[in-house]
Amino acid sequence: MKKRKPAKTLNLILTGVGGQGNVMASRVLAGMLVDAGYVVTIGETFGMSQRGGSVMSHLRVSPDEVKSPQIPAWGADVIVALEPLEALRVLGVYGNPDVCVLSNTRPVYPIGVITGELGYPSREIIMEKFSLLAASAWMIDATDAGVRLGNPVLSNIVMIGALAETGLLPFNRGMFAKEIKKTLPPDKLSLNMKAFDEGRAMIRQESVALKNL
Amino acid sequence: MNKLLSPDKSTVLFLGNEAIARGALEAGLAVATGYPGTPSSEVIESLAGVAARRNLYVEWSVNEKVALEVAAAASFSGLRAMAVMKQNGVNVASDFLLHLIASGTRGGLVLVSCEDPGALSSVNEGESRYFARMLEMPLLEPADFQEAKDLTKWAFELSEEIRNVVMLRSVTRMSHASGNVVCAKLPTKSRRAKFEYDGPVMDSQTGPMISTPVVAKHRLHQEKLKTVEALFEKSPFNRYSGPAKPKLLVVTSSVCFLYVREALSMLGLERDVGILKLATTWPLPPRLLERNLQRAEKILVVEEVLPFLEENVKVLASAMAGRIGVKTFFGKYDGTLPAAGELNPDIVARAIGGIMKVKPKTPPASYLAEVKKAAALIPAREQTFCAGCPHRASFWNIRRAIALDGREGFVCGDIGCYSMAALSPATGYNTMPTLHSMGSGTGLAGGFAKLSAFGLDKPVMAVCGDSTFYHAVIPALINAQHNRADITFIVLDNAGTAMTGFQPHPGLPVSALKETVPAVDIACVCRGIGAKVAVADPFDIDGTSKILTDYLAEKGSVKVLILRQACALSPEKKGKKTFNVRVNEELCLGDACGCNRLCTRVFRCPALTWDSARKKAVVDEVICAGCGVCVSICPQNAIVKAQGNM
Repeated sequence: MKKRKPAKTLNLILTGVGGQGNVMASRVLAGMLVDAGYVVTIGETFGMSQRGGSVMSHLRVSPDEVKSPQIPAWGADVIVALEPLEALRVLGVYGNPDVCVLSNTRPVYPIGVITGELGYPSREIIMEKFSLLAASAWMIDATDAGVRLGNPVLSNIVMIGALAETGLLPFNRGMFAKEIKKTLPPDKLSLNMKAFDEGRAMIRQESVALKNL
Repeated sequence: MNKLLSPDKSTVLFLGNEAIARGALEAGLAVATGYPGTPSSEVIESLAGVAARRNLYVEWSVNEKVALEVAAAASFSGLRAMAVMKQNGVNVASDFLLHLIASGTRGGLVLVSCEDPGALSSVNEGESRYFARMLEMPLLEPADFQEAKDLTKWAFELSEEIRNVVMLRSVTRMSHASGNVVCAKLPTKSRRAKFEYDGPVMDSQTGPMISTPVVAKHRLHQEKLKTVEALFEKSPFNRYSGPAKPKLLVVTSSVCFLYVREALSMLGLERDVGILKLATTWPLPPRLLERNLQRAEKILVVEEVLPFLEENVKVLASAMAGRIGVKTFFGKYDGTLPAAGELNPDIVARAIGGIMKVKPKTPPASYLAEVKKAAALIPAREQTFCAGCPHRASFWNIRRAIALDGREGFVCGDIGCYSMAALSPATGYNTMPTLHSMGSGTGLAGGFAKLSAFGLDKPVMAVCGDSTFYHAVIPALINAQHNRADITFIVLDNAGTAMTGFQPHPGLPVSALKETVPAVDIACVCRGIGAKVAVADPFDIDGTSKILTDYLAEKGSVKVLILRQACALSPEKKGKKTFNVRVNEELCLGDACGCNRLCTRVFRCPALTWDSARKKAVVDEVICAGCGVCVSICPQNAIVKAQGNM
């Protein structure tokens, strides 16, 4: 797939729930893009406020200028969600008719849903909302892929692989391999590459494609 | 290679806090100290990671005041040193700071305060910038990642120029954001420590390091501030950008500069509005302000939380009104910007748009209508203790003991992840009605316990974490013991400073530098002051509840219970399960059970969910941490556990 080379700033929001590896994923993406010569900003929140709560990273890829670590409202170009409800939540603040969404299918239920005080929208409703609020959307079962590979937290790498395949961000497999070598111990590299490839394959085979709605 | 040691001229993605650490290394830092606190912790953590290679001494100190004292000793001995803390840490350090500024310093000494506008990870919105003015200390505020590094480096030079401490202030959106930084050279030479003290009393470089004679030294310090002002006039970190005569001049500092620039681009006003970005925010350089305030009639000051910059700019503007004319100011005083909470590009765009009569663009109305419909379907995601968190078990025990005791006992809270018991009351089973600063829970409990003569006759408890115990609880505990306050004091010992990322504390046999050090035992400290002490595992629900119930019934003074169980996210536990837990569906009676869904409605573990179609409890294996506590709470014994992989 042809890579989009951003002439202007590209705004990506990576969202999920505390503990899903969101911060690690955004730093891997940013690391690759800095090496590719872009001026990258990541805005993150982590700490106690995120225990069990929503976690969002704002990744901004600019050809030339340091951007605000917070993306303005309605300003996302791409939303990558490790949890589907969080994709919907982010669309409600940062969405716009041109946004693209890549979401994991696996829900993490909020406590209010577990206690029975609140409801969680069905997968069909979430997909319908994606189709109304995004220009294109992909939903893949990244957590299951992670579990198959031995650890559900690999779902973040599966999502990065899937993102590479969509061509929404200017990076490829080689750049990813180089980036993870900087931080991961050598014995973890092949498993992470497998997770990355699994994500790419899932986009190629995706049967529930909502693309180009 | 550790990226903090990246070579000269390389471009690296640094967290704001790593950029500060790198700046300190480029300045030839020798000693770094701090107490963990979001959003400051990564400065010390990243320095500890390169300490051996850069010959640094790095420590996690017991609290912020001691951190500054340890750093000051290095400065008095001619070394460059840095003390790092979050905003309210400066309050803790402030008594020493007042006296330190009066005595002066020698080697460059920088106080780094990483603040949390909007209280994303705090229970206050404290502002340490006012300390700069109150204690007369130069203040620097970086506006991007490169500046975070470069200003830190310059802060050490400035400190040595005036022989006094310099404060560098960051905020969450700088400290915990990342961006490109171009590195400069790391020095190759290091200094030797030498402490001289037999010179004249007024010579801070050779004489004793004391704050007296007070008034004479105060005057001397105020003269030095004139030097600071002169240096600030020429600082390249203060910059004007925009047209020569803008319709509106925005004066700003810190990450707010990036918000202003973003807002102008959102509004398409880059050619109409000018930005004066200040990195040296106290004392303000008057001539620079005069040159720039002349540019426009309307001036907006953009900053987070209190109107510190606005006040200081207005004081200067009123003094120079004869030369620059009368200005119309916008900011927090007139309500153009909110005086609480953090800012973002949207809030700034609305403020500038309001003055300039321009509206930011929004998606079409049809899209916004769909957004509104979707929003109604999105359940809130409230904060909660993680799956496997020992605090959930501890509060379950506390709740049980209070219920059995029957006198409406309550808990005074403290600072840590367990603060969530107060912030989101159902998480702590509605047992914890107070929450203030570190150590205050125990002080308050001691106070409540003395009110029985006035008719307040409820059992009083206090909780604190292991790191908090050392930081600020010990004086309050001694006070309670000495004044015979009848309190049940519970230490939620999860084996590290868990909330901020498992930094070691004095209770552990390891230092920031991973050296083996003597552990100071909490039980021994409590026994040493004469308190009764028990130690239990909060996952043992029956054993722990029994001790607590006995404690509540027992009249007397301070009773201590140390609840020991490591944090579920700790490196030794993460990814491993003590037990594999599942629900035996044949035994689970669902809605027909008399418990009214105690497991999912009340216990509130994110891994123990409710299948509303099948009306059964279900363990989500992906989320479950395998602590096995829920096995103890099911009245039907329908939750079962088998040995896991730990």
